[in-house]
Amino acid sequence: MSTTVRWIGAGVLIALAASVPLLHGEIPYVFNGALSSPGVLNLLALMLVFGALAVTYDLLFGYTGLLSFGHALYFAVGVYGTAIALDTFELGLVGAVLVVIGLGVVVPTVLGLICLRVGDIAFAMVTLAFAQAGAIFVARDPFKITGGELGQALAFRQLPAAFVGVVNTRNVYWLALALLVFVYAVARIAVNSPTGRVWQAIRENEQRVEVLGLRPASYKLVVFVLSSFLASLCGVVYVLVVGGAHAGIMVSTFTLMLLVMVVLGGAGRLWGAMLGGMLYIYLDNRLGELSTQPSLQDMPALIRVPISEPTFLLGLLFVVIVLFFPGGIAGSLTKRQLPLAGPLRRLRPPAKSTMNPDGSRR
Amino acid sequence: MTTFLLLTITGLGLAGLYFLIASGLSLIYGLMDVLNFAHAAFLTIGAYTSWVVASQMSGGIPVTVVFLVAMVAGILVGTLSAVLMETVLVRRLYGEHVGQILLTVGLLLAITALTRAIFGSDPLTMVVVPPWMNEVTVVFGAAVSNSRFVVIAAALLVYIGLMAFLKHTKYGLVIRAGVENRSMVSALGINVGHAFTLVFAIGGALASLAGILTGAFFGTITADRGTSLLIFAFIVVIVGGLGSIRGSALAALVVGLLQQYANYYGIIGMGDLIVVALLAVVLLLRPQGLLGRAVA
Repeated sequence: MSTTVRWIGAGVLIALAASVPLLHGEIPYVFNGALSSPGVLNLLALMLVFGALAVTYDLLFGYTGLLSFGHALYFAVGVYGTAIALDTFELGLVGAVLVVIGLGVVVPTVLGLICLRVGDIAFAMVTLAFAQAGAIFVARDPFKITGGELGQALAFRQLPAAFVGVVNTRNVYWLALALLVFVYAVARIAVNSPTGRVWQAIRENEQRVEVLGLRPASYKLVVFVLSSFLASLCGVVYVLVVGGAHAGIMVSTFTLMLLVMVVLGGAGRLWGAMLGGMLYIYLDNRLGELSTQPSLQDMPALIRVPISEPTFLLGLLFVVIVLFFPGGIAGSLTKRQLPLAGPLRRLRPPAKSTMNPDGSRR
Repeated sequence: MTTFLLLTITGLGLAGLYFLIASGLSLIYGLMDVLNFAHAAFLTIGAYTSWVVASQMSGGIPVTVVFLVAMVAGILVGTLSAVLMETVLVRRLYGEHVGQILLTVGLLLAITALTRAIFGSDPLTMVVVPPWMNEVTVVFGAAVSNSRFVVIAAALLVYIGLMAFLKHTKYGLVIRAGVENRSMVSALGINVGHAFTLVFAIGGALASLAGILTGAFFGTITADRGTSLLIFAFIVVIVGGLGSIRGSALAALVVGLLQQYANYYGIIGMGDLIVVALLAVVLLLRPQGLLGRAVA
């Protein structure tokens, strides 16, 4: 595909997505309600946010091969940063966004400097531990600001009127679309930049990058901060979509879900990750609705019980994809050998002699 | 002083649980380079199996017998599922480290969700525990629940048994050698694949034992406890040094005690946060962990 066709295609897709709130048609079975109804728009906005979030995670995992289990933390920085800035400090939306921008750079820089001291598996565990610390902070709420397990409702009086109320769901939807376009564009520019090429080289073989005279550590920090920062922005829009912050986005399984999204769509492909994120949220929501249908209650327990937990089906789907379709959706759609085979094939060169057991270099 | 003693014994009990989970994780990682997220699923499987068995066996049977039978059943099922997971699924992805991690992540999500679907998301409270385990023993004025001592004793026995197994048996030798240099072991004509299944079985057995003991320790069983304990077990494994059982034991002690003290003397949630801070400090000063192999 030539570049022009791609640009036109992207433009058409965005225009189509942007016109959804104006369409009053219904798609039976796919959505329960007209496209322009607030319920459907809300689900679509959520899908857009998670599409964007999956793209930010793909930068880290799919493109650089950094298996982080703590991405939820940076998303939460955006979510709770916004909620707290609005409610406790009453800074208004602009103030809240500025706070998140600040935190979204500082937090991942500090934590990245610590986490990136170790490689591979240890990195995965350490990022998980920091995210867990964040989750505990939010759930236990020592400073009485996060609302603990119950979460924090959004201080609507602090928001511009355009984002408040069911009538304005379409504005929130457009905001989510703008977020996705922005995140995707930034990610696309980043992975095609010289720095982005180095990320992919690190994924393939970090030692060679080092031999070439480049310092992988600084490149990894850059991608860590960039993807975390973009995730924080996703968090801001997420709060507006769901109308509050809740501890559920901090639990350890949240990052695991991100991983599922990216692998489902196809790691190492931005559009694959985006698709995976959107599909996951869609399935999670619709399967959840399906399980409450009365017709399901009559089914034998063997069918009814597993369906009542969407995570079970999605986890199973994930296992099948990992075993049989390591390229995810994107890998199955494109025949060309994908770069994404890289991160799935192996995490590190097998040569044990050059590594310490913890993955650090000698 | 009595409070301090109580905290210490509870902390030791917690350390015992961490050790039971972390030692298996550490062995599996050391030998196979697999970061086994599904380890938490073994814990869940063990806990729920023993709960089901115990609740089926009612009537005139003494509670201690019920508890022991349920415990054996839980460990058996946990071990079996670990062996199945290794031979049927993990084995397909040898050499693909990320693939294996993703696989275990998927299994963890699916098994936890399935447990929640079957048993509901509320904690199960009717945990069958011999009455003497819920009674307290007064130690120097501190009234300590006997379940703490049971967990501590179990962890100690497992530690001694595991060390003896690794030191004095042929399979232990193969495992230790495999952790040291896997390709050399296979080059010598030893089937490392069997050792892989064996460490998975050991890990599954210890994790399900830990799961059963959490029922006695916390008084409830939940589907999500495995995942939250797993994270602290990861911290224990890293702080102790990947692949080192002795390191895991030492780190479990440090983490368990620190967590208890800080949770009591500090602000809410302090203990859990301080453990993560400990992890950061260890990584900055000694990235290979307390007893991890020194820089080669």
